[in-house]
Amino acid sequence: MNPLPRAGELGLIGCHVCGLVCRDIKVPDAACPRCGSALHRRKAASYTRTWALLLAAFFFYIPANVLPIMRTVSVGDVDDNTILSGIIELWVKGSPDLAIIVFTASIVVPVLKFFALGLLLISSQRGSQWAQRQRGRLYRLVEFIGYWSMLDVFVVALLTALVQFGFFSQVEPLPGVVFFGLTVVITMVASMTFDPRLIWDGRDFDD
Amino acid sequence: MTDENKPITDADLPEPVVQRPRINASLVWLVPILAALVGLSLVIHAWIQAGPTISISFQSAEGLDPGKTPVKYKNVVIGRVTAVRLSEDRSRVVAKVALEKSAEGFATADTRFWVVRPRIGLGGVSGIDTLLSGAFIGADVGESQEPKDNFTGLEAPPTVTHGAPGKTYELHADDLGSLDIGSPIYYRRIQVGRVSSYHLDSDGKSVSVQIFVDAPNDQFVTKSTRFWNASGVDVSLGADGLKVNTQSLATVLAGGVAFQDPPGPHDATPADENAAYTLFNDRGTAMAPPDGEPHYIRMRFDQSMRGLAVDAPVEFLGVPFGRVVSVNLDFDEKTQAFSTVVGAVVYPARLGKAHDKLVALAKSRGDDERMSQMMGRLVEHGLRAQARTGNLLTGQLYIAMDFLPKAPKVAFDGTAKPLEIPTAPGSFDKLQEQLADIVGKVQKIPFDSIGKNLDQSLAELNRTLKQVNTDVLPEMKSTLQGAQQTLGSANNALSPDSPLQQNLGGTLQELQRAARSLRVLTDYLGDHPDALLRGRRADAKPVEQAPPVSTPPASQPPQGSKP
Repeated sequence: MNPLPRAGELGLIGCHVCGLVCRDIKVPDAACPRCGSALHRRKAASYTRTWALLLAAFFFYIPANVLPIMRTVSVGDVDDNTILSGIIELWVKGSPDLAIIVFTASIVVPVLKFFALGLLLISSQRGSQWAQRQRGRLYRLVEFIGYWSMLDVFVVALLTALVQFGFFSQVEPLPGVVFFGLTVVITMVASMTFDPRLIWDGRDFDD
Repeated sequence: MTDENKPITDADLPEPVVQRPRINASLVWLVPILAALVGLSLVIHAWIQAGPTISISFQSAEGLDPGKTPVKYKNVVIGRVTAVRLSEDRSRVVAKVALEKSAEGFATADTRFWVVRPRIGLGGVSGIDTLLSGAFIGADVGESQEPKDNFTGLEAPPTVTHGAPGKTYELHADDLGSLDIGSPIYYRRIQVGRVSSYHLDSDGKSVSVQIFVDAPNDQFVTKSTRFWNASGVDVSLGADGLKVNTQSLATVLAGGVAFQDPPGPHDATPADENAAYTLFNDRGTAMAPPDGEPHYIRMRFDQSMRGLAVDAPVEFLGVPFGRVVSVNLDFDEKTQAFSTVVGAVVYPARLGKAHDKLVALAKSRGDDERMSQMMGRLVEHGLRAQARTGNLLTGQLYIAMDFLPKAPKVAFDGTAKPLEIPTAPGSFDKLQEQLADIVGKVQKIPFDSIGKNLDQSLAELNRTLKQVNTDVLPEMKSTLQGAQQTLGSANNALSPDSPLQQNLGGTLQELQRAARSLRVLTDYLGDHPDALLRGRRADAKPVEQAPPVSTPPASQPPQGSKP
């Protein structure tokens, strides 16, 4: 496959933090002699961790969607909204642009992240050599858009802080938004634990 | 790195130091396990929290918002409408309601549900808060333990919630009047309760009205309390003027029930729950002593009963005794005459003490105390029913039962059913008959011919008078003139200086003299009767002077006068 030798093949190991290259002496708990951070050829247990976190994120994503995230009280009219019902309400009440933004940020992005990470994990674990460059780009995209999924959480936090007019208008956060925030955070961590170099590793280099 | 590629490889490169063992990577699985546990706990929580799902049918889904409309009991949310759909026959809507676990007890047989919406009625305004917050479904739970999941929602909020302090009573009335669910109950014009429900009795002949009186005022409902319909305006015209009696304006419009204890001694123990009462039409009848058992009697009148209406009073010696319930016409084949059969319901107990004594008397005689027996006695003593005029202006009749000692004896059948009371023509009827008689007689007078004759006579008279004017009067005038002349001459003749008068005076003097001499003669003859035979004796001269007259006295007077 690749004519160039890999660091592993040369018995070398690079520090992830300071970049120092060391000899790979095959001890289980090696640390960088310069900066003291853990040394490993690939991120430690990347598949396991990413899988675990992805699953956790998925588990949290279900209540995040099922439970209401926000309660709006306006002149005695109490309205609990889940993410999806909020989007529908926005759409129905004449703000389709906003609805699309929220839909993208709260539904499309997390779901895409699940699929993208899942795809990366499965293809890498199988040592597939299919579209390696594109998969690498996909990984960068996942890392990039991760931050923007917090939109809903921010909206709820802002509204809760701003709209406190007692009887006339009031916004309260509901448990759903906690789960949604957890989902976003955990997917971000999951994408961080994934080592993109695994995309180019063959079956032989399975960590 | 260009010069020495090899030496760097092994010797120069630093060796990694050995660190303390790091956390086992598999511990990361704790995160998804935790997440799963959290998710699972949510599911279990939701599952535990989820109560029964019930369906409630309403006439309209107005205000029902799936997923939003709450079900509240005492303003606590106990569930939520999850879906609203049409019933299979499309006549109603069915709302699916997910009750909370804690509200499981609401899915029982006698729970009632209704939609709380803003309502504006004659009795007031309710549910204003739902104007802003949207409608919700109210619930009221009962005692039942029997599970049920299909409910029929009430269209109006129930007036009495379960467990409210107070008592329910049942009123029986002939008709509902203007009462409705929620109509107020008044005690001394203070609202103390309301009508909670009503229904027709199974025989369809009366109406049962359930009322609820709030505590603590339910203690004023005693065993002898009287209820009456306080709806509308009670106008009465009595000897003391016009009286208008109402409860409150709301009652006038929306109807209501009032109650009070009757005056005088009565049983004042508070009534039991669900005690039954009669709902009277007005306060007057309500306060009257109880009527006792009604009896149906029948009366047959031979004259017209115009003015006798159903509900006209039946009075016994002036005491209201009952009322007329039917007026029918009957035909007798034998006499070929129509008669009016009047049916009436009478309440002997209304006679008060008289009735008690009559009963006691009947018992002491060993008679049956039934009314027919007593009536028989009374009829023997001349009890008759009469139709009398109650109001001369309108000609309204009432039935009066009075003792008419002169009434002809009639056969009274005490066993007849219904009891038939003999009747007598009313006083007014007699008067009418007599009037009719008089009118008939007056009609028989031949006013026509009398008038004609009179007319002829008058014409005759006219003619006569004309004749008198033309013929008789001039004659009369001349006659009168003649008479005047005659009188004039008579006057002349009678005047003092007329010769006739002179003569008459002389004659009268002569006559006077003659009379004197006649007296002398009689005196002489009295003294000397023999002179008639022997003639006059010579007397002394002075005496003789008086009777110069001779014997025949009859022809003497004209000669007797002294010359």
